[in-house]
Amino acid sequence: MYQIDDLTKTYRQGKRVVRALKDVSLTIGDGELVAIQGPTGGGKSTLLQMLGGLDRPTSGTVKLDGTDLAGMSDAQLTAARAETIGFVFQNFNLIPTLTALENVETALVPSKVARQSRTARALAALESVGLGDRGDHLPGELSGGQQQRVAIARALVKNPKVLLADEPSGNLDEETRDEIVDLIVGLWKEQGLTIVLVTHDSVVAKRAPRRLRIAKGTVKDLTAA
Amino acid sequence: MFFTYLRRELRNRRKQTVVVAIGLAVAIALVIVVNAVSTGVKDAQSEVLESVYGVGTDITVNQAAERGEGGPGRFDFGEEDGEATEEGTRSLSQDRLSTAMGSTSFDATALESISGLDHVSGVAATLDLQNMSFSGEMPDMSEADGPVTMEMGPDGSGEGSAGGSSFEIDQFTVTGVDPDAAAVGPLTTAEVADGRTLEASDKNVAVLDATYAEQQELAVGDTITVGGKDLEIVGTVSSSTGDGVATASDVYLPLATAQTLADLADQVTDVYVQVDSAENVDAVAAAIESELPDASVSTQSDLAEGVTGSLSTASSLIGTLGTWLSVIVLAAAFGLAILFTVSGVNRRTRELGTLKAIGWSKGRVVGQVAGESVVQGLIGGVAGLALGALAVLAVNLAGITLSGASGGGGFTMGGPGGQAPAGAVQGGEAPTGGGGFGDRAEAMAGAAGNAVDIVLQAPVSLWIVLAAVGLAVLGGLLAGIVGGQRAAKLRPAEALRSLA
Repeated sequence: MYQIDDLTKTYRQGKRVVRALKDVSLTIGDGELVAIQGPTGGGKSTLLQMLGGLDRPTSGTVKLDGTDLAGMSDAQLTAARAETIGFVFQNFNLIPTLTALENVETALVPSKVARQSRTARALAALESVGLGDRGDHLPGELSGGQQQRVAIARALVKNPKVLLADEPSGNLDEETRDEIVDLIVGLWKEQGLTIVLVTHDSVVAKRAPRRLRIAKGTVKDLTAA
Repeated sequence: MFFTYLRRELRNRRKQTVVVAIGLAVAIALVIVVNAVSTGVKDAQSEVLESVYGVGTDITVNQAAERGEGGPGRFDFGEEDGEATEEGTRSLSQDRLSTAMGSTSFDATALESISGLDHVSGVAATLDLQNMSFSGEMPDMSEADGPVTMEMGPDGSGEGSAGGSSFEIDQFTVTGVDPDAAAVGPLTTAEVADGRTLEASDKNVAVLDATYAEQQELAVGDTITVGGKDLEIVGTVSSSTGDGVATASDVYLPLATAQTLADLADQVTDVYVQVDSAENVDAVAAAIESELPDASVSTQSDLAEGVTGSLSTASSLIGTLGTWLSVIVLAAAFGLAILFTVSGVNRRTRELGTLKAIGWSKGRVVGQVAGESVVQGLIGGVAGLALGALAVLAVNLAGITLSGASGGGGFTMGGPGGQAPAGAVQGGEAPTGGGGFGDRAEAMAGAAGNAVDIVLQAPVSLWIVLAAVGLAVLGGLLAGIVGGQRAAKLRPAEALRSLA
C-alpha cells in the first residue's frame, strides 16, 4: 500500500530548524494494521500527515499504490484524500452544526454522489458503527465514544483503501477506548482495510499485529525480528 | 449539503448573524432614506422653480439692467400739474408702467433667433413690468422754487403725510404673456381660479393673481388701471403648487397690450426656452449665449441654485451630511461583516481544516464561507429595505414642510428685499416723510418674494431598492472574499491539531 523512501521533513520554528523525520524508509503492505507509538514530538503526527497527503515532505518519496504523493498537485492530493484515504482524529472533528448523518454525508460531498444514495450510504455507515438510530443527533448530544463512532463512519463511508487514525482513543475513558479499538480492529478484520493507528497507549498498540516506534525522527519496527 | 450547512451555521451563530445583518440593514436603510429625501428635496426645488418659471422651461433668457436702468421710479410733477384744492394743496395722480427692477427689455427678434436654434422645441417671451401709481395731495408748491420731485424705492407702496401732504403710492407687478405659447412660460403652472385665462384674441384685458385680487378686493368683471388705462379683469389664476401661494406676477396681460401700455413696442424682458431633451440643454444655452451676447442665460440647474429658504438648507444638509453619514455607516457595516467573518473562520480553523482533510476542495470550503457571508448580506439587505421603507413612510407621513423662495436675478417680483431704499421726499419743507416707506417696503418685499411651502414627499425608486440590496450583498461578498482568503490558506493538517 505504502512505499516510503528516504523521507525527511524539516520545520522552521522561529530560527530553529526542527527535523521531524530523518531519512525514514518504510513499507506498509495491503491490509496491514500498523500501530505507531512514540513520545510526543517524536514525529508520529508528522508521519501521519505525510501518509495522508496533508503536508509535503522536504525530501524523499511517499508512494501510495505506486503513485508519489509528493509529486501530486494540490487538486490531485485533494482528490486522493476524498476517495482513497479515510481520517479519524483524536478530537473527533465533527462539524458541530450538522447532525451525525449529515456529518457522515460530508465525506461523500466531493465525490458528487447523488443526494439520495448519499443519504442511504451514510445511514448504512452509521448502522455499521452501531449508531443507526442516532442519525439526527447533533454531535453535542452524543457521548465521546458515539462521536468517534460517527467520525469512523465518516471515514469509511467512501470505501477508502486506507484508514489513518490519530490517537483515536486519546480523548476517551478506558471502557470507551476498548469499544472503539474493538470497532476498528473488527472493521479491519471484516473489510481487509489497511489501517495506520497512531497511539501513545501501549494497550491499544498491542492490538495491532505490527508495531512501529518513532522517536527523534527515526522509525524502529518493534515487531520485526 | 451547501444550503443545509449554511443555514445551520448562520442559525448556530445567531447573535453574530443578527449583528451583521442589523449593521448592514441600518446602512442600507440610511442609503434609501438619504436618497429618497434628497430626491424629494430636488422634486420640491423643481416645484418651486416651476411655480415661478412654468413647467417644462429648461432655459430662461433675460438681460440684466445696466446701471441706472429700472431704478427707483420717479414721479415728476410740474407746477401746473394737478388741481388746486381749497386748502391750498394740489391733488395729484400719476400712473407709471415700466420694466421691473433689475431687468431691462430687449428686442423681440431675439425670440426668432432662439427658436431658430437646433433642439429648441418651444419658446415664449414675456414682458415683466411694474406698475406704480401715485395719488394724493401735496402742499401747493407754486410759491416754492423749482419743481417738486418725489422719489421712492421700487417696492415701496406707502402712504405718507409730510408737511401737510397726503399721498398714496401703489405698486404691483405686471407680466405680459403670449397666450399662444401655452407650453412654456410662467402661466403654465397657474390654474384658473375664476373666469378664464388669456386667449390669443385678447386685447386690453387682464388676468389677476387670485391672491392679489383678494388683497385688492377685485373680482372678475371689475377693472384695473394699468399704465393709466382701465382694463377689464376677465379671470383670476392661482398657483397649482398649493393654496395661498402666489403666482409669479400680480397681473397678467396679453403681451401686445403690455407692450403698448409700457410704450415698449416689440420689446420683451424674458424668454422661456424649452429644449427637446435634457442632454441638449447645455449646448442650447451655449448657442443662445453666442447668439445674444448681451443676454444672461440661465439653465434649470443655475436656477436651482437660486432657490433659498429651508429648502436650500435641507438640500445641502441631505447633500453633504446625508451622503457622508451613509458612507461612514456603510463602511462600518462592511467592516463589521468582514471582522465577524474573519473571526468566524479563525474560530472554525479545525472544522474547516477537517473538511479539507476529508477531501473538500479549496473552492468548496471558500464557497461555503463566502456563501454564509453573502446570505448574511442578503438578510441585512432585505431587513434594511423594510427598515428604509418604514423610515421613508414615516418621513412622508410626518408631512415635513419646506419653504423655498426662488431668488434668481431679475425674476423676483420683490426686488432686493430689505435693502430697498427708503423713500425720500425732496423739496420744499417736507423733509421727514421717508420714515414709514422703508418698513412698508420690507414688508412688501417679503410677501412678494415667491415663497412656496411644499410638503416633502420622499419617493423610493426601484433603482435605489436594487442598488441598496446590491450594496448589502456586496458587503457580504467583500466579507466572504476576505474570510474565504483565510479559509483558502488554511492547511488541512490543522485538522490534526489536538488542541480542543
